[in-house]
Amino acid sequence: MFAFTIRRLLFAIPTLLAISFIIFAILDLAPSDPTGNLPLTISPEVRAQIRSSLGLDEPFPIRYLLWLKQFFINEPLNLIEGWTGWTLGDGERMRVTSWATRSPVVDLIIERMPQTLWVVGMSQVIAIVIAVPIGVISAYKQYSWFDQIGTFVSMVGFSIPTFFTGLVFIVLFSVHLQWFPSIYDTNHVIDSWDSFVFQIKQMIMPTMVLALATAAQLSRYMRASMLDNLQQDYVRTARAKGLTERVVVMIHVLRNSMIPVVTVIALNIPTIFGGAIITEQIFRVNGIGQLLIIGIQGADIPLVQTLTFIFAVLIVLFNLIADVLYGILDPRIRYE
Amino acid sequence: MSDQDRIFAQTVVDEVEERPRTLLRDVWSQFTAHRGAMAGLAVFLVIVLGVSFGPFIHTIDPTYSDFRARNQGMSLAHPMGTDNLGRDMFAQVLQGGRVSLLVGVTAMAIAMFFGTLVGVLAGYFRRLDGILMRVTDLFLALPILPLLLVIIMLFRDTLRKAFGPEAGIFLLIVFIIGITSWMQTARIVRGDVLALKEREFVLAARSIGTPAHRIILRHVLPNVLSPIMVSATLGIATAIITESALSFLGLGFPSDFPTWGRLLFDGANFMTLTPSRVIWPGLMLSLTVLSVNYVGDGLRDALDPHIRGR
Repeated sequence: MFAFTIRRLLFAIPTLLAISFIIFAILDLAPSDPTGNLPLTISPEVRAQIRSSLGLDEPFPIRYLLWLKQFFINEPLNLIEGWTGWTLGDGERMRVTSWATRSPVVDLIIERMPQTLWVVGMSQVIAIVIAVPIGVISAYKQYSWFDQIGTFVSMVGFSIPTFFTGLVFIVLFSVHLQWFPSIYDTNHVIDSWDSFVFQIKQMIMPTMVLALATAAQLSRYMRASMLDNLQQDYVRTARAKGLTERVVVMIHVLRNSMIPVVTVIALNIPTIFGGAIITEQIFRVNGIGQLLIIGIQGADIPLVQTLTFIFAVLIVLFNLIADVLYGILDPRIRYE
Repeated sequence: MSDQDRIFAQTVVDEVEERPRTLLRDVWSQFTAHRGAMAGLAVFLVIVLGVSFGPFIHTIDPTYSDFRARNQGMSLAHPMGTDNLGRDMFAQVLQGGRVSLLVGVTAMAIAMFFGTLVGVLAGYFRRLDGILMRVTDLFLALPILPLLLVIIMLFRDTLRKAFGPEAGIFLLIVFIIGITSWMQTARIVRGDVLALKEREFVLAARSIGTPAHRIILRHVLPNVLSPIMVSATLGIATAIITESALSFLGLGFPSDFPTWGRLLFDGANFMTLTPSRVIWPGLMLSLTVLSVNYVGDGLRDALDPHIRGR
């Protein structure tokens, strides 16, 4: 298992390098000029100076290698320095800086991270809490009215895009019923019970929109996996030796059915970050997704490059985690 | 036996003999037994017919703005109300549906072409397998939505200049959705081709000297059609959703050439005033995707020989 993990980690390196090259090349070879949005009154000489200050006059391979060095060596070193307070080397490193704000991209991302993590994390937890019981009951009482309704609702939840559910939620709960605010206030400080309640209120809609979409998908997997396991021989054995139905279903079958579902959850997390782009845009949560949209609209190439690459790292990482988890949870799986 | 009985018996025999059991008929009877799939097919056909022929019945020009009738609710003249420029929403929804469906089908076709091509090549030619599957894995690890946004932002203006504002954005969106959603199909097709390649009829074909391209077209492709059909159906749904997500983020189709996603995006700013501007396009979008997903589900069951005949 350990050898497998190490090998997969080593294998991830060329994949990530290839992805970083693709992202860099797409952004770099695109026919748009980063100085194109500047006023026309700027003279060509000044324009050339601006271009060289942005590091654009070097040839393509050199810029790529410089970016790699900044991303893989300088930024992690900076993070370590920030966390531990040590000084590594001279402490004067080239950092990936945003063109729009002139501040290091990593700082911008760290600033935005908590909002996204809260919304995405909570939505995952809620999704699991909703999906697992529905999947279990649906499978156990297959073709019952609960199952019929459950599969229909999960199909509907799976088909309706989050930007529509989000807007319907706003129309329903903020405009008509006025229960929840439609805009997420990030400057809100929790210092009393009332402000805590307000924080819960403003988190409910974005989290529920993401949670419902995820729960619909998860409950389908949960149901299929339970159905597979309920027909296994070990279930008959467990019943034959006189275990109560409760123990058979809740302990034997549920535990085994969770194995594929856990890997699906792990594989889902990067896509949730992608989905959060839309949800954050609807509810004006200033998280990573909104940062990406701002970066794209402002043609802030270093910011967009870094964020896209972070999303790619998340995908590769969680693929790895899913594989390893599968090997740990299911003893029949042996990676050689 | 009376004459009448004889005639009856003869017609029964005729009917039985006229209707031999074919694979297609088996699949169809299994598909019709799936209630969800039939309902989905019906709804999808209604939507397709509606957006194709609706504009001939509801003849208001979707771009005509009647400033005296702005932000109106539902009425007989404007069944879905009007927007802030007095344009008729129903006409816009019909027009947007045409574009949305066209984008879905075209992007799906591109994805199926690449998926089948890569899958067949990787499954059939062992030398290409390693490299093609690495490329597939690489594409699967790409963050699709951010990348799509970036590509659209960078190439939009160039393509608009080259092909005109509408055709340019259409080609761009269809092409990039197609080129980023072929991977699952390629994997499924490759698996099936790997198994098919070892079957006797392929060996027989090869032993009489059939060239590779003819084996692929004649013997391999018809046998992998069923997984391709299933992923094609589900692919329409994903392509429509992806396109609307892009339009919803403001990086898809322009307002004067809207899709359902763009109508949602434009309506979102006015939803306190006229909620119907959000509800109708969203409802149509969700209904289409839901019906297509149900058809895909039924198709998968019908084409799966383990389930069929049970």
